[in-house]
Amino acid sequence: MRILLVEDDKDVAGFVVKGLRESGHVVEHADNGRDGLFLAVSESFDAIVLDRMLPGGIDGLRILETLRSQHNTVPVLFLSALGQVDDRVVGLKAGGDDYLTKPFAFAELLARVEALTRRGKGEGPATKLVVGDLEMDLLSRSVRRAGQKIDLQPREFLLLEYLMRHAGQVVTRTMLLEGVWDYHFDPQTNVIDVHVSRLRQKVDKPFAGPLIHTVRNAGYMLRADAA
Amino acid sequence: MDLASPSLPTETAPGRTIDGPATGAKLPAHPRFLRSAALRFAAVYALLFGLSALALAFFLWWETVGLLDRETDTAIAADVQGLAQRWQEGGLPALVITIENRLAENVADNAIYLLVDPGMRRIVGNLASWPTGLPAHRAWAELPIERAGIRSLARVRTFTLPGSFHLLVGRDVQVRAELRDLLTGALLWALLVVLVLGLAGAIVIRSLFRRALANVSTTAAAISAGDLSQRVRITGRGDEFDRLSETINEMLERISRLMDGVRQVSNAIAHDLRTPITRARARLEDAALHANTEADLRAAIERATADLDGIVAVFQALLRIAEIEAGARRSAFAAFDATPMLAGLVDLYSAPAEESGLSLVLACPERLPLFGDRELIQQAIANLLDNALKFSPAGGLVRLSAASGLGTVTITVADHGPGIPVADRARATERFFRGEAARNTPGAGLGLALVQAVGQLHGGTLTLADNAPGLAAMLHLPGAVESAHHAAAADA
Repeated sequence: MRILLVEDDKDVAGFVVKGLRESGHVVEHADNGRDGLFLAVSESFDAIVLDRMLPGGIDGLRILETLRSQHNTVPVLFLSALGQVDDRVVGLKAGGDDYLTKPFAFAELLARVEALTRRGKGEGPATKLVVGDLEMDLLSRSVRRAGQKIDLQPREFLLLEYLMRHAGQVVTRTMLLEGVWDYHFDPQTNVIDVHVSRLRQKVDKPFAGPLIHTVRNAGYMLRADAA
Repeated sequence: MDLASPSLPTETAPGRTIDGPATGAKLPAHPRFLRSAALRFAAVYALLFGLSALALAFFLWWETVGLLDRETDTAIAADVQGLAQRWQEGGLPALVITIENRLAENVADNAIYLLVDPGMRRIVGNLASWPTGLPAHRAWAELPIERAGIRSLARVRTFTLPGSFHLLVGRDVQVRAELRDLLTGALLWALLVVLVLGLAGAIVIRSLFRRALANVSTTAAAISAGDLSQRVRITGRGDEFDRLSETINEMLERISRLMDGVRQVSNAIAHDLRTPITRARARLEDAALHANTEADLRAAIERATADLDGIVAVFQALLRIAEIEAGARRSAFAAFDATPMLAGLVDLYSAPAEESGLSLVLACPERLPLFGDRELIQQAIANLLDNALKFSPAGGLVRLSAASGLGTVTITVADHGPGIPVADRARATERFFRGEAARNTPGAGLGLALVQAVGQLHGGTLTLADNAPGLAAMLHLPGAVESAHHAAAADA
C-alpha cells in the first residue's frame, strides 16, 4: 500500500516510516503542512496519516478539508496530541476516518491504518463472510464451521463479524471496544480478552486448528492458517 | 531596532504606559472626562431635570401671561365687532356716540379708542393723536402711549372705515406688562435655582453610582492583584447591585474551584506520576547498565514501555476529569433512555465477572429517561463496575440497579467486597486516593474521582454507602425533565 505520512516530529516520523515499511508498505513522508498538502493532492495514496498541528501555516484539518472539498475520498487517520473528546469529534466531522491520540503504540497505528484501507476499498453489502472453513451468514445471522452450526450470543456474533470483516489484519482491543461495543474509553479490566476467549471456546476449541490468533503486544487476528 | 539599542525598550516603556492605554486609542471621539459612566448618568440626570423645569416654566407662562394676552385680544375683537355694527346701523354719528358712551362707562379706565378723520385729526377718543408710525389699516400693535400725562403701554388694533376714517381700538396693558416682567424675573431666578439643584443632584447621583460600583471594583482590583479570597460585599438590600454582586461572587467561587482543580492536578502530576516515571526510568537505566543479553534488554524495554503506557493512561484520566470538571462537555447533553445503556454495560462486564466467579445482575425499570452526556455516564458506571469486580471476592454478587423517583434517578453499583471505611469515604473521591484495601490491586485511584466529576457535571452527586458487607456506590442524577431545566438554566 502507498501511505502518506504528514508528521513534523522527526523521531516519531522516522519510527512510523520504518515500521510501515517493515510491514511492507510504501511510505511517503512530508514534515510540514505545505508539502503534505502538495503530495496529498498531486499523488494517489491508499491512506494518509495526518498530524493535526503542523508547521508551515497549513494544519492537518486544512489539508483534510481541502482534500474533501476536491472529492478526494482517500482514508485519513489523524494522529494527534489533541486528545480531548471534542478534538476527536472535530477531526471526524471534518471527514477523518479514524483518530489516534499521541502517545500511541505502533501496533495500534498499523492495525488502524490497515483497517482503514480495507474500509476504503468499499466491499459493498456482503451477505456472507467466509474465512477458511468458517462461514457467517449475515442475513440469517447464523455461523457454521466445517459445516457445523455454532450458537453465538448476539454480542459474540458482532465480535466475530468484526474479526471476520478484518480477517488477516491485526485488530486491537481498543478497535474492538469501539467497533463492537461503541465505547470510547478504556476499561481498566481486561474485558475484551475475556470476550475473545469465550468466543474462542465456541469457534476454535471444538475444531481443528485455531482461527483467532493473539498478536503479542497488539491484539488479535482472525486468519485461516495456510495448512 | 531592539537589537541595535538594547536600552531603548526600557526607556520607552514608561512613556507608553503613561500616554496610552490601548482603550484610549479606541475611543478617540470622547474626551476623557466623558468616559466616566457616573458622570454620564449625572449629566443625563441634570439634563432631564433642567428640561422638566423648562417645560414647567413654559406651561406656567402660557397659563398666566399668555391667558391675559389672549383675553385682551378677545376683548378688543368683541369691541371692534360692536363698533362695526354701530357704524353699519348709524354711520359716523352713531359710532361717535357709542365711543363716547363706552369711554364714559369705562370704569377700569383701560379701554382706548380713537377715531380720526381722513386728515388724521381726532374726532373722538381718549388718545390725543394717532400714534406715529402706526399703520392705519388692520394692524395689531403693542406700543407706548401717553394718556392724561401718564406714560403707559397699550395693545391696539386699527381699522380704516369707509370714507377714509380711521379707528383705533385698544386696551391699556401696563399692569399686565408689569406682571409679565415680574413673572419673567421669577422664572429666570427659578432657572438658576434649577441649575444649582440639577448640578447638586448630579453630584449626588454620581457619588451614589460610584459608591455602588466601588465595592465591585475594589474586589476586582484585589483579585487581579492576586487575592482570590476576596468577595464582593452584599449590602442585603436585595437590589440590582446586590444581585450583580451575587452573580460576581458565584463566578468567583467557580473560578476558584477551577483553580483548585488545576492546583490539585499539578500537585498530582508532581507527586503521583513521579513514582511510575521513576520506575520506568530505573528499569531503562538498569537495563542499559546491567543487561547481559539482548533478550534481557528487550524485556526491560518492554516493561518500561508498559510503565509509560500506564503513565499515559493516568494522564488521560486526569485530563478527562479536568475536562469534565471544567463543564466544557455540557454541549453533548441530550435526552436518552439509560436502560439499554445499563444493559450494554452488564453485557460487557458479565463475561469478566463470570470469569472471576462473580455474578453480575441488573435490576432496572423498563424505561429510565435521563438527560445528560450518555458517554460520560456510561464511563462513570463502567468505572464503578470495574471497581466492584476488582474488589469482590470470588462467588460474590455485584448488583447494578437503577430507580427513578422524585425527580432523581439513582444508579447503584453494590458489591460484597471489603467496602470503604467510613473515615475514608469522604476522601475516596479525591484524585489518587487509594484505600487500605486497594493497596495491592492495580489502579491509580482516579476512578471514583471521575464518577464524582460526571455526577457534578450533571448536577447530581455520588454517595458511598455501606452494603453490609461491601460498598454501595450510588450515583444520583436529576431525572430527564428537571435536568433539561437545569441545563437550560445553566446555559442562560
